[in-house]
Amino acid sequence: MAIPLIVLAAILLFDLFFTPGFFSLEIRDGRLYGSLIDVVNRAAPVMLLSVGMTLVIATGGVDLSVGAVMAIVGATSACLIAKPSGSILSGIPVGTSIPAIIAVSLGVALICGLFNGVLVSFFSFQPIVATLLLMVAGRGLAQLLTDGQIIIFTNPGFASMGSGAWFGIPIPIWLAVGMFGLMGLLSRRTNLGLFVEAVGSNPVASQLSGINARTIKLAVYAICGICAGIAGLIGTADIKAADANNAGLYLELDAILAVAIGGTSMAGGRFTLAGSLIGALLMQTLATTIFARGITPEATLVLKALIVVGVCLFQSPRFQARFQHRQAGAQG
Amino acid sequence: MKRLITRERLPILATSIVCLGLYLLSGFNFEGFFSLRVAFNFLTDNAFLGIIAVGLTFVILTGGIDLSVGAMVGLSGILVAFLVDSKHWNPIAAMAIALGCGAVLGLMHGYLIAKFELAPFLVTLAGLFLCRGLALWISKASIQIKDPLMTDMASFHVGLPGGASLSLSSILFIAVLLIAIYASRQTTFGRAVFAIGGGKQSAVLMGLRVPQTLILVYMLSGVCSALGGIVFAIYTSSGNAIGGTGMELDAIAAVVVGGTLLSGGYGSILGTFLGVLILAIIQTAITFQGTLSSWWTKIAIGTLLLIFMLMQRGIVKATERTTA
Amino acid sequence: MVALDQVDFTVQPGEVHALMGENGAGKSTLIKVMTGVYPADKGSIRLAGQEICPTSPSDATRLGISTVYQEVNLAPNLSVAENICLGREPKGWSGIRWREVRKRADQALARLSVSIDTGRALGSYSVAIQQMAAIARALDVQAKVLVLDEPTSSLDAAEVQQLFEAINRLKAEGMGIVFVTHFLDQVYAISDWMTILRNGRKVAEGATKDITRTDLVKHMIGREMSSDEAHPKAPESSALQSPPLLTAQSLNRKGAITNLDVSIGAGEVLGLAGLLGSGRSESVRLFFGCDRLDSGKLEVDGKGVHGWSSSDAIRAGFGYCPEDRKTSGIVPELSVRENIVLVLQSRRGWLRSIPRKRQADLAQRMVAQLNIATTDIEKPVQFLSGGNQQKALLARWLLTEPRLLLLDEPTRGIDVGAKQEIMNLVEDLRGKGMSFVFVSSELAEVVRTCRKVAVLRDRRMVETLTGSEITEERIMATIAEVSH
Repeated sequence: MAIPLIVLAAILLFDLFFTPGFFSLEIRDGRLYGSLIDVVNRAAPVMLLSVGMTLVIATGGVDLSVGAVMAIVGATSACLIAKPSGSILSGIPVGTSIPAIIAVSLGVALICGLFNGVLVSFFSFQPIVATLLLMVAGRGLAQLLTDGQIIIFTNPGFASMGSGAWFGIPIPIWLAVGMFGLMGLLSRRTNLGLFVEAVGSNPVASQLSGINARTIKLAVYAICGICAGIAGLIGTADIKAADANNAGLYLELDAILAVAIGGTSMAGGRFTLAGSLIGALLMQTLATTIFARGITPEATLVLKALIVVGVCLFQSPRFQARFQHRQAGAQG
Repeated sequence: MKRLITRERLPILATSIVCLGLYLLSGFNFEGFFSLRVAFNFLTDNAFLGIIAVGLTFVILTGGIDLSVGAMVGLSGILVAFLVDSKHWNPIAAMAIALGCGAVLGLMHGYLIAKFELAPFLVTLAGLFLCRGLALWISKASIQIKDPLMTDMASFHVGLPGGASLSLSSILFIAVLLIAIYASRQTTFGRAVFAIGGGKQSAVLMGLRVPQTLILVYMLSGVCSALGGIVFAIYTSSGNAIGGTGMELDAIAAVVVGGTLLSGGYGSILGTFLGVLILAIIQTAITFQGTLSSWWTKIAIGTLLLIFMLMQRGIVKATERTTA
Repeated sequence: MVALDQVDFTVQPGEVHALMGENGAGKSTLIKVMTGVYPADKGSIRLAGQEICPTSPSDATRLGISTVYQEVNLAPNLSVAENICLGREPKGWSGIRWREVRKRADQALARLSVSIDTGRALGSYSVAIQQMAAIARALDVQAKVLVLDEPTSSLDAAEVQQLFEAINRLKAEGMGIVFVTHFLDQVYAISDWMTILRNGRKVAEGATKDITRTDLVKHMIGREMSSDEAHPKAPESSALQSPPLLTAQSLNRKGAITNLDVSIGAGEVLGLAGLLGSGRSESVRLFFGCDRLDSGKLEVDGKGVHGWSSSDAIRAGFGYCPEDRKTSGIVPELSVRENIVLVLQSRRGWLRSIPRKRQADLAQRMVAQLNIATTDIEKPVQFLSGGNQQKALLARWLLTEPRLLLLDEPTRGIDVGAKQEIMNLVEDLRGKGMSFVFVSSELAEVVRTCRKVAVLRDRRMVETLTGSEITEERIMATIAEVSH
């Protein structure tokens, strides 16, 4: 966790000197504005995804479907609000109640998560394979819900989830930090964290210690689904529309990247939610900085690719062995 | 006495039955579906997907995966369009450069996966980012290809009786298919791919050159997806940096539906060809049907994928039981 | 630690040379050095008088030393014929000539008098046939020395016979064969010469006909130094009259154990004695519900149980320290504290977590009680020494106050001091009414700890010894008896 924190600090320090106004904050209409707030606000969906993804990766799995789940949830919520004619969701009597809409949408997210979880834990599919399925079909389902249209809606109450503020801080930030806090508590105050790490670190020993790995895996995929659901709601509320094709596109990669940068091993075992959060912030800060420098934002993608390879190389035992070997050679 | 139906042949048998069933079902439901023209359009409309899926089959046979193929389609397409149209290069030279890019990317993937034992899905995910980033860097807007040679290529076809015609992309697809079938069956490389999928450790102990084979496999996939990108660019007469988005999933679906086990070791190029045909039939049938929307394709593919994966699981379990 | 210390080993052409020894004796290290997996620190390998230095298994194969492992290292997804020729297929203008591949495979198998359809996938055949294919592959490269590493472990009697016929044929052709097995009958049936290793040293060598079974067993597991210190015999326990905690009636599991009949009462230590591969660990796994029974009956507290699983066993108050500490015991990345409280936590379910402070207290208490040497209870357990890992594992179970603790080789690979401590602990807890199943390759430990010993041979229970019958001599004699 220390290294990403240092990198984050270094980028911020760079911004302090070279990006004018990066640290300036101002209050307009009772809401904080400024690059820093903007960075965190934009990072909120990936932060949310990375919370769930961290737990999944800690059990030795991965969830490639979170982007598609965001699209499904976005489509669900938008359809429930806008009630387009012919939508198969019309039958759900939620009226205009925002809590009911949110509850149904997150229910859908939970079902998606459980679907992944059942395939992984009860059918013993490889996690990549199992979640790939929803990654393929998920966008199709989302388009089915929206009938292929981009559903635009006006609902100030719901839209505030994306663009509103609470005590001056944008609501997405509250949601991301809230989910992080909740999962932090859940994983450290209950045995969930211990069991997740045990299952990821040594499944056989965990089994012999009476830990039910199936239930644990089911639970983390469900949590990951819920996290993706909240991220999907934020994304939809932000643009006041559901775009089944582009909502959450490639965000599963960002989430995996955040977890990897944060220091959680891709092989499972020990995890750090705070690290993943810093990973998500680091990437957004980098993107914003690059954008502010006038460099084409596409460079961020290339940079992300290099970072993920670098991080994985450093985690790889083979690479470490080779590196140490060379050092030893230089010394001896 | 050789048995026709063995456990190893079960997946490809199932694929053939599904393929034939879908074809007959569509044919009896939609007028004109049985025409030769429609059948040959399966090839033309899906040549790029087929070429990518063939390359990917080798990767999946070793037990790996390549998620970068869709992004490579975007990169090679925009690269060719950019070099030909904006820089006025000779199309052949531009295509050579694009294929070279595919090979280099594959080499990097293979090297990281074989030498450092990094997870293939992570490495190729990074490759996906890299390709999309580079492609968007070249041009965010789609570039129309107006080069005469390229437009000639797009319209080139060999006429066949019955109103059917064989386009250049179908010819390329068939060529790639034949080469791949040969390589997978008749060369040491091809057999090593299967052996690695059966068990990497055993393959090492049997004295096979595992790292070299793995690197070659990923390079093959890179080149195939670059070629797919070129075919896609010719087919659409344009290059687009976000072209091929999600195509990795279609390609994986084609491979798996074609009976190749995602855990590696079992499968065939011919199966992948059938898998591509199944995808093509579904797509065409949905177009013919008229009222069903295009996203049903994705849902249908997803469902088919689930069924095939459950079936494979069953086969693997049954195999474990008999050898245990 | 030295895995192998100055061992000379010679195989003559046309000889079957048995390599004997228990776990950790150095057999597998010796084989790995011969076949190029590990380099030797010192010494040399000569093949037909020429010094060789294999750098990898494939290099060794090329030089003429082929190995066939217990778990067949071939590709199960490919055909038998292909497996035999893979990597050196005959080629023509159109690539691999499959007809010739088949012919060569048939020929190689014919030398072993095996006749099968070589076009079928290797994985669809029994392990015995797979092993034959592996040997055939070795023959196809003109091996001079064939190393068979526990080839018979998963074969039935008829299959073993078939393998032996093949071995005899190769022997007649002048091949040198190194044969590793745990089955005494087989050693005497097939080998001409044997070398016995123990703790990395060669303890005996000679013609098979000159070494009696008892001597062999003694060399393998007998006391290392003749110490005549009298071990205190465990005092008669009064608890023996109470109903048995666990009763096993003719337990069967294919490839694991046949007809196991034992019972364990409160405050009793049941020893399982036998050579490696005799079904000791497999029996313990059945007791803990790790594997399913094929037939037989398990009774806990006098009541028959069905579908016995690990979680049932934990609920019934059982604990289990598995043989393979690293892969199925410790959770390497977790701290000493977390490893110690793991079972206690899992018994409470995921919601009711033990407060951190209390966890630390419990862990600290166990660390003190078992004398676990660690600087800090928050240190990942993987950085502890083997003995301390074992103690942490014991602590994990002791914290749950189990009624029955299954200890599979609890003293392997740990230092003498820790061994002593663990033995004393078992003695101590037994006195307090806890029951144990104790598995150890060190007969002295079994004799000292157990009041009842079930002797296993070749996956079969052959005798139960009690009280004064339990001596090293007697156990060794029972193991060495000729089975019929």
